[in-house]
Amino acid sequence: MSEDVTFRVFRGEPDEEGVPNGEMVDYTVEMDEGMVVLDVIHRIQAEHAPDMSCRWNCKAGKCGSCSAEVNGKSRLMCMTRMEDILEETPENTPVVVKPMQAFPLTKDLVTDVQWAYDLNKTIPPLKGPEEMDWKFDQVEADRVQEFRSCIECMLCVNTCHVMREHQLFDEFAGPRFFVRLANLEMHPMDEDNRLEMIKDDFGLGYCNITRCCTEVCPAGINITDNAIIPLKERVVTEYYDPIAMIAKKVGLRK
Amino acid sequence: MTEDYTTHEYDVVIIGAGGAGLRAAIEATRQGASVAVICKSMLGKAHTVMAEGGAAAALANKDPRDSWETHFRDTMKGGKYLGDWRMAEIHAKESPDRIRELEQWGAIFDRTPEGLTNQRNFGGHTYPRLAHIGDATGLELIRTLQERGIHTGMEVFMEYTVRHLFKSDGRVSGCFAYNRVDGSLHVFKAKATVLATGGITRCWAVCSGSWEYTGEGHALAYWAGAEMGDMEFVQFHPTGMIWPPSVRGILVTEGVRGEGGMLTNSEGKRFMFDYVPEMYRDEFADTEAEAMEWVDSIVADETPTARRPPELLTRDVVAKAINSEREAGRASEHGGAYLNISWRPEEQVKKKLPGMYHQFKELAAVDITKEPMEVGPTAHYVMGGVKVDPITQESTIPGLYAAGEAATGLHGANRLGGNSLSDLITFGKRAGQYAAEAAEGIDVFGDIDDDELNRVIAETLAPLSREGGENPAKVVEDLRDMMQEKVGIIRQGHQLKEALDELESYREREASTSPGGTRIYNPGWHQALEIGAMIDISQMCALAALAREESRGGHTRLDFPTPEHSHWGKINSVITMGTSGEMELNHVTYPPIPDHLKQLLDADDLHEEE
Repeated sequence: MSEDVTFRVFRGEPDEEGVPNGEMVDYTVEMDEGMVVLDVIHRIQAEHAPDMSCRWNCKAGKCGSCSAEVNGKSRLMCMTRMEDILEETPENTPVVVKPMQAFPLTKDLVTDVQWAYDLNKTIPPLKGPEEMDWKFDQVEADRVQEFRSCIECMLCVNTCHVMREHQLFDEFAGPRFFVRLANLEMHPMDEDNRLEMIKDDFGLGYCNITRCCTEVCPAGINITDNAIIPLKERVVTEYYDPIAMIAKKVGLRK
Repeated sequence: MTEDYTTHEYDVVIIGAGGAGLRAAIEATRQGASVAVICKSMLGKAHTVMAEGGAAAALANKDPRDSWETHFRDTMKGGKYLGDWRMAEIHAKESPDRIRELEQWGAIFDRTPEGLTNQRNFGGHTYPRLAHIGDATGLELIRTLQERGIHTGMEVFMEYTVRHLFKSDGRVSGCFAYNRVDGSLHVFKAKATVLATGGITRCWAVCSGSWEYTGEGHALAYWAGAEMGDMEFVQFHPTGMIWPPSVRGILVTEGVRGEGGMLTNSEGKRFMFDYVPEMYRDEFADTEAEAMEWVDSIVADETPTARRPPELLTRDVVAKAINSEREAGRASEHGGAYLNISWRPEEQVKKKLPGMYHQFKELAAVDITKEPMEVGPTAHYVMGGVKVDPITQESTIPGLYAAGEAATGLHGANRLGGNSLSDLITFGKRAGQYAAEAAEGIDVFGDIDDDELNRVIAETLAPLSREGGENPAKVVEDLRDMMQEKVGIIRQGHQLKEALDELESYREREASTSPGGTRIYNPGWHQALEIGAMIDISQMCALAALAREESRGGHTRLDFPTPEHSHWGKINSVITMGTSGEMELNHVTYPPIPDHLKQLLDADDLHEEE
């Protein structure tokens, strides 16, 4: 019942200018029932290439480490079943596995995502109550719990054309961090306001709602509709709505 | 020696960035210490992220009868009275504040109708006690600590592996690490060092752990001369996935049973009614009707008056029951048991157990709202670890602290579900606090011995220059299979002896692996370096297991199938490195439990007359 499968995997490192320098290498291994893409990668390491780089941890879609591009699509290797991959791969052609293309290459399937850690530090943290006497209902929790299910796999950032094609990493926070900002802005205990930063520093305006991020999110977060669009509405109300501006002037709004 | 290395200096160096490590870092920086956190993975990916069911704390939001006293009693009983009562007391008293603190920092746990932190039922906990967010509580915990931590000034060294602890005048003075990404070498000088390195379960073929769980933290402490306790006690979680083969071992949260999941065998029988141990008989339902009455109250959000279903017995009991059903020829299709939650309405299952729904749908093509899951035991947690002072978390080596799964004491012979996440934040905080306080009293960094450093560097780089040896992956695979077979859930004296003999041959194989490749992000090299720790950890486990001639909690001997209360029920194993490098095993006792705490325990369980 077992059959062979061929993977065509990117192997290489960046050159001195940081440009990926490598080749696609074919590996053929035996496949067992129920395998996911990451299992095949592990088998290639165990049988052919111990030094092939690949990040992974939980192997259950909870940690967001094994992000890659399989047959050109951004996915978690641990949650992509070979059954489905073989269905979409034309017969007698290998399954193509590459690292995320929007991020700088480290080696083979591993990319450098330091940008995400640096950007995260610039977001003002939750400003909550000092007294431990809060109460809030599940309805309020529901609104942000969706955002908190983000596993920081960065597949949304990898797919977003603002990042992938235009490389605006310095001007645009990207879908992952709009999810984080939406979590803070809608958090039932937060008292801070980050809208000016969201508009100016984090470049929310660059997003033109193509929904690519939402489509690839392995946690199923409705990034566009539930995080980005509500943030855009808040920015509009705060900075561009004439009635709200008058209301603010006469003291009807904060 | 001409290899370059970089030297760093910090008041407190914390090894590990899971729940315990990050909580320690937050506390140590709050005390004004300069803090480095060194972790094998990227920040936010540590093993804590995989925790599902919840964090146990007697908040009494869901059932007003709960109290720290009951939590203390449940923890001691679940640990079969081999836990350190001092840690169990601190944990029961402090965990509610640690949970509230997480909310203050942004964690959003599920709510009660009154707007308070909701709490879920779990095995061995008398009352609903686990703060949770669906079945992804670990993610909530680690993200909350991460987001708090990055603003405290701690420095994070991601994708670094620590290989060695240095001592100076008997005190731990720093560590050696290499960067997994670029292969660079680093010395961290520290006034205090905290091990928050998690567990060891990767030593077994079927486990719920990631690649990180190779026990290097345990090994570092042992190599530095620290006492290691309770290493025979390994928790096999009763419900891991078993089919298809590639997902074997992945955790299925105990929350499924907390929400009313029923275990059945191939004959459709709810077999757990046949496995209720004497010590728990009064607390569990003895008919399906009574069990159903309890579940109905839970579903209706009412305080139950019926006794709980036997599926909620402690993990050691349920795991062994599933194993016994299989031995008796009543296993499910692929050799485990059926776990069924599909009798509850679809929306409720998806709301309460979204991760499980997703996991089974994606990985096993099973819709848990419509059909039962297949589950079986998986190596999940080690109760044993570094012996620590219950107050300060300092090990028996000055300057070295341990917290979370890397330490021992709280859980005795068996950990209750939900007590791990609360352990991390309770004792992580204490470790950070006392490490920072100790560092404050030290003016100068201890010395790092050059010869020792050169030796460690040479050992670290050695696999890269070896040729023609085995692929390290093969050695690890064989080791894990051997441990599964001979030091697994059910043990026998002759198999444990065989395991100890065979481990010696693994040392030779370890020394000749050749991964090939360079120092740049080379998983084969990394794996070659992990094997030494795995062998020592496996040896500790087998050695302590061979000595304990009884069955208790996470240690079951086919040749000694019952608990023995008068001798083994009162002593804990301790392993240290002897003067000539051999592994030495002794047994010790904790101080006697004071009367005011003893009164909280079940008198019949203590077997004091014996």
